[in-house]
Amino acid sequence: MLTRRLIPCLDVRDGKVVKGVRFRDHAVVGDIVDLALRYRDEGADELVFYDITASPQGRSVDRAWVERVARVIDIPFCVAGGIRDVDAARQVLHAGADKISINSPALERPSLIDELAAAFGVQCVVVGIDSLREDDGEWRVRQYTGDPGRMQALARRTLDWVVEVQRRGAGEIVLNCMDADGVRCGYDIEQLAAVRSCCGVPLVASGGAGNPGHFLEVFRLADADAALAASVFHSGAIRIPDLKRCLADSQVEVRP
Amino acid sequence: MNALDVVLVDAGGTNMGSVRYALERLGVGAEVSGDAQRIAGATHVILPGVGAAGPGMQRLREAGLIDVLRGLSQPVLGVCLGMQLLFEHSGEGDTTCLGIVPGQVRRIEGDAQRRVPHMGWNRLDVLADDPLLAGIGADAHAYFVHSYAVASGAHTLASTDYGTAIAAVVRHRNFHGMQFHPERSAAVGARLLRNFLGI
Repeated sequence: MLTRRLIPCLDVRDGKVVKGVRFRDHAVVGDIVDLALRYRDEGADELVFYDITASPQGRSVDRAWVERVARVIDIPFCVAGGIRDVDAARQVLHAGADKISINSPALERPSLIDELAAAFGVQCVVVGIDSLREDDGEWRVRQYTGDPGRMQALARRTLDWVVEVQRRGAGEIVLNCMDADGVRCGYDIEQLAAVRSCCGVPLVASGGAGNPGHFLEVFRLADADAALAASVFHSGAIRIPDLKRCLADSQVEVRP
Repeated sequence: MNALDVVLVDAGGTNMGSVRYALERLGVGAEVSGDAQRIAGATHVILPGVGAAGPGMQRLREAGLIDVLRGLSQPVLGVCLGMQLLFEHSGEGDTTCLGIVPGQVRRIEGDAQRRVPHMGWNRLDVLADDPLLAGIGADAHAYFVHSYAVASGAHTLASTDYGTAIAAVVRHRNFHGMQFHPERSAAVGARLLRNFLGI
């Protein structure tokens, strides 16, 4: 039986791991390799590194730290940040990343998804979606969320975009529910369940984890394949071995 | 493991670096090569591979490696796509593969419970006693990410359950295959790679 994955997310800025609240006010949390090793030792199933300033600044990921991580880590990891063409993706994958995640560049030019899937296969193409519920009740996507000064609201409906990215070759979708991000009040189950119903590829829930019960909910109620979290893991509020024990006790399959 | 001479066949896959680093963590150096003589002379040959079957076979053909690989008598390990290429045929792009191990590679049929790609950690069900699986316990998990697979069959040493039994570890003569990524499967993966190098 395929297990549900727990994925610590490390936001990277200038080579350090940082964390903000509602995508703002970032503070340094620690060194990339130190944190990667800590999570690997604790039993994280996968890691995601978001270079949060790369896309707004119009540059790609720095491949040096990707290589450093790849040398020491023996669990899969995904890298995101400013990858806007096949060459940039190849650099990151050849540096040792297992997957690449694209977000703002896919919104700029959706055919990027097709190009990456053709070049490397759908299994390493992850599409990240930052989504927010608007006053009319619709979920819509946001672009350049790494930089509050440049963040843009788009007319694109989240559910339409979820369908389109799969058609173009996304092998996995990470849904960042921005209303829930960083406030530890639980994953946005309603939105995740709506996305799940039109998502046939693995779905990673992101935004809102505050206690172990939130993880249980997102697996049971939204049927997410994986749950991503940052602050609760970085702060030590939730330890991965404890969380896995709690999930296993509730009959959620996890990797021992 | 000083006498080891491990060669990674350059089939254009993007996980070449990860496999090399995994071997480094075991204290074993490996050379990436597309040279027929170099490959034929190695003590252990690893065929990694991430990507699609068609371009993978095309690359081996262009490098003149098809017959070389078929003729190898030392331990050979195909990883993920590299394992699939050892079989006769892949449904991915209707591709004729190396034909070393009998069997067909087919697309995983998804449904509401089973997403495609099959992505994540799944349990290995050990079916046969083999040196490759030494020390692999009943609760060993490995990291899979693939959309095509071989059904568990005659040459399967370990399977994994994804609605149907999928071949996870295979062996036919000196040719071994792992559908998952040992280089990304933590301690279980490291043990499997160490076992392979000990053959």
